[in-house]
Amino acid sequence: MQQKWDVFYEKFITYDGWVTVVDGLKATLQIAVLGLLIGIVLGTLIAAVKVMPKTNIVTKIFSVICDIYVGFFRGTPIVVQLLIGYFVLFPALDVQIEAINAAIVIFGMNSGAYISEIMRSGIQSVDGGQLEAARAVGLSFSVSMIKVVIPQAIKNILPTLGNEFIVLIKETSVASFITVVDLTKAFKDIGSSNYEYIIPYLMLAAIYLVLVMIITLGVKLLERRLARVDRGR
Amino acid sequence: MIEVVNLKKVYGKLTVLDNICETINEGEKVAVIGPSGSGKSTFLRCLNCLEDPTSGSIFFEGKDLADIRVDINLSRRHIGMVFQQFNLFNNKTVLQNVSLAPILVAKQNRRIALRKNIANGFFNLFRKKKAAKLPLQDKKAIKEEATKNAMRLLERIGLADKAGCYPSTLSGGQKQRIAIVRALAMNPKVMLFDEPTSALDPEMVGEVLDLIKQVADEGMTMVIVTHEMGFAREVADRVMFMDKGQIIEQGPPAELFGNPKHPRLVEFLSKVL
Repeated sequence: MQQKWDVFYEKFITYDGWVTVVDGLKATLQIAVLGLLIGIVLGTLIAAVKVMPKTNIVTKIFSVICDIYVGFFRGTPIVVQLLIGYFVLFPALDVQIEAINAAIVIFGMNSGAYISEIMRSGIQSVDGGQLEAARAVGLSFSVSMIKVVIPQAIKNILPTLGNEFIVLIKETSVASFITVVDLTKAFKDIGSSNYEYIIPYLMLAAIYLVLVMIITLGVKLLERRLARVDRGR
Repeated sequence: MIEVVNLKKVYGKLTVLDNICETINEGEKVAVIGPSGSGKSTFLRCLNCLEDPTSGSIFFEGKDLADIRVDINLSRRHIGMVFQQFNLFNNKTVLQNVSLAPILVAKQNRRIALRKNIANGFFNLFRKKKAAKLPLQDKKAIKEEATKNAMRLLERIGLADKAGCYPSTLSGGQKQRIAIVRALAMNPKVMLFDEPTSALDPEMVGEVLDLIKQVADEGMTMVIVTHEMGFAREVADRVMFMDKGQIIEQGPPAELFGNPKHPRLVEFLSKVL
């Protein structure tokens, strides 16, 4: 064990392996956080389309488009989506894009599909009277949604949304399929440089675990803060 | 003020409102009574198009609200509505509940004026007669004014000390009174009440009815769907009795309650009075 530790120490500290790890951590967090933000925006839009009263042809068409979108992104593995996006779609569209940005976009679109369902259930969990009351004082559908319904929906779905963030941060470990050097890839490289895998991989697991614990704590604090509305002040 | 022409509302096979023609004049207080399922709530909700009529027209200030080309939001700002379940915005404080819509509407009007000013600024380059600049209210002033107005209304109902609380901490009566001043904050021309006291404890009914009476005495035009016959008799100028989607009898309360003609109304009154 002592020897394995020495080998790891040499690679990690002496040969600056930690720099790659820090860069990888940065990449992982970037993909997860920005992906989540894109996902929330996309998901909210899709959910809004889905809950809109379908009175005319335009909303129906939008609704079908959203169905196809959600169907595709939930129906195929994220790895496949990454491969198709980075090696097929972006070159075909002649888009020059860095691997990490491609990963952010694709992870964002992927989580958008999941968040749309979460958000839809959240919006539907808000009493219909809230929207009615907002419409009755003369606010438009979108303003009523943004100011009244969605804030309450987000409060309801916060635990699920935190869950989605956790899933996302763990899923980013496949980003190396499209040459992104993320946390997993960084440790994998350290391990394969001298075929000593135990310490790097255990450490990798520990880092993911800590990240997830931090997120869990953050969500809990946020929840408590938002619950003030129910307690009064 | 509101003119309903051939209003029809159908859910699937069920006809809820059957060709209703009715006029509500300015300053009039109309109470709508009837057994449950008679369509009175639907009738009320059609008046500001919360329910889209299947066919027919609702004219408010000369505009047909059932027409999809009419901007319903502009008209709704002049039609206050109070719900059975209060429907205060749960994520806003009491003060914000009252001031939210006035602030948002004033800000929207400001944006529209700003856009017009910019367009006019451009077109004035080619005009001989320059278009005047529209006055722009300061954003802060909008907020301050709406907040001041909201506080004035809350003081009026004696709930100014609850301004910072969230609705979940209030009693039903307090919620409903706040819902009424929320509607009043938009300076509506008509107020619609959808069974305002049906979800309240018996103890709290009085305070809400008192407030509605006060508003009525100020000359507001009102349409009230209610089960409180005593209240209808006291406040209304005209009482409508609805059954099976039709208004089958109406008249001044004294006459309608004192001397009902239609057998269905006689039967209804014998049960509730």
